[in-house]
Amino acid sequence: MRQSWWKVVCVLLLGYTIVAGFLIPVPALNIINETIRNLYFHVPMWFTMIILFLVSFIYAIKYLRSGDLKHDIFSAEYTKVGIVFSILGMLTGMEWAKYTWGEAWSNDPKQLGTAISMLIYFAYLVLRGGMKDEEKRAKISAVYNVFAFALMIPLLWILPRMVDSLHPGNGGNPGFNTYDLDKDMRMVFYPAVFGWILLGVWITTLKVRISLIEYKRENNF
Amino acid sequence: MFRRTILSAFFLLAFSAFSFAQNAQPEMADALRKDGKIYVVVLVLATIFAGIIAFLVRLDRKISKLEKHNNPIS
Repeated sequence: MRQSWWKVVCVLLLGYTIVAGFLIPVPALNIINETIRNLYFHVPMWFTMIILFLVSFIYAIKYLRSGDLKHDIFSAEYTKVGIVFSILGMLTGMEWAKYTWGEAWSNDPKQLGTAISMLIYFAYLVLRGGMKDEEKRAKISAVYNVFAFALMIPLLWILPRMVDSLHPGNGGNPGFNTYDLDKDMRMVFYPAVFGWILLGVWITTLKVRISLIEYKRENNF
Repeated sequence: MFRRTILSAFFLLAFSAFSFAQNAQPEMADALRKDGKIYVVVLVLATIFAGIIAFLVRLDRKISKLEKHNNPIS
C-alpha cells in the first residue's frame, strides 16, 4: 500500500466515529431525539463531497494551465467520487428528513439547491461520456467543471440562507450553533468529518491510479 | 457439555438482569444503551466497516502490484 499512514489515520478515525457516535451521550431534544447522531454520518458526506469537488476544480484549472492529460484524469475521478458521496448525502438526508421533517422531500431550499447542484454535476458525466477525442473532452470538461463549482457555491451556501428553511444552518443562521453541538458531540463530529474525507480521498486515489495505468497502456502501444 | 450449560445459564441470567427498561422524559436510547442492545448495532456497523476497509486494502495492494508491472514500460 502506498503512503499508508494517512489510510491508517482514516481507519482509526472512522472506527472511533462508529463506536463513539453511538455510545457517547447526546443532548436530548424533542422531535430529533436520537437521530441527532446522524450528524456524524450524514453531514460528513457533504463535507467530503465539497472537498472532492474542490480538488477536482483545482485540477481542472491545473489542466487548463498545463494541458497535461494526467490532470484531467485526476479532475474527472475526483468529480466521480464526489458525485457518489453527494448521492449518499442526499439519500441519508432524505431518510433523516422523513422522520424529523415529516417528508422525505419537502421542497426545502437547501434540498432544491443541492438537487440542482447534483444535476449540474451529473451533466458533467454526460458531457464527458459524449466525447471521444481526449484533448477535446479534457478541455471542455475542465471548463464545465469550473462553471459547475462556481454554481455550487451560491446554490449550497448563499441562496438557502436568504430564505427560510427547515435545514439547520439556514434562514439567516451562520451555521453550526443551531445544531446544539455540545462538547461531547464536537469530540465525535470533527474526527468523523476528517475520517470520511480521508476515506473519500483514498477511494479516489485508487480510481486515479487505475485510470493512470490504463492511460499509460493506451499511450505505449 | 456440563460446562457449556452452566455458561449459557450464566449468560441468560446476565442478559435478563440487564433487561429492565426505564422511561426517560424524551424518548432517547438510554435504556437501549443500558441493556446493551445498542452495542449490537455498533458491532454490525463495525463489521460492515471492517469489510469495506479490508476490500479497499486489497484493492490498494492489487493496484500497487499492477503499477509495479507497468512501470518499466513508461
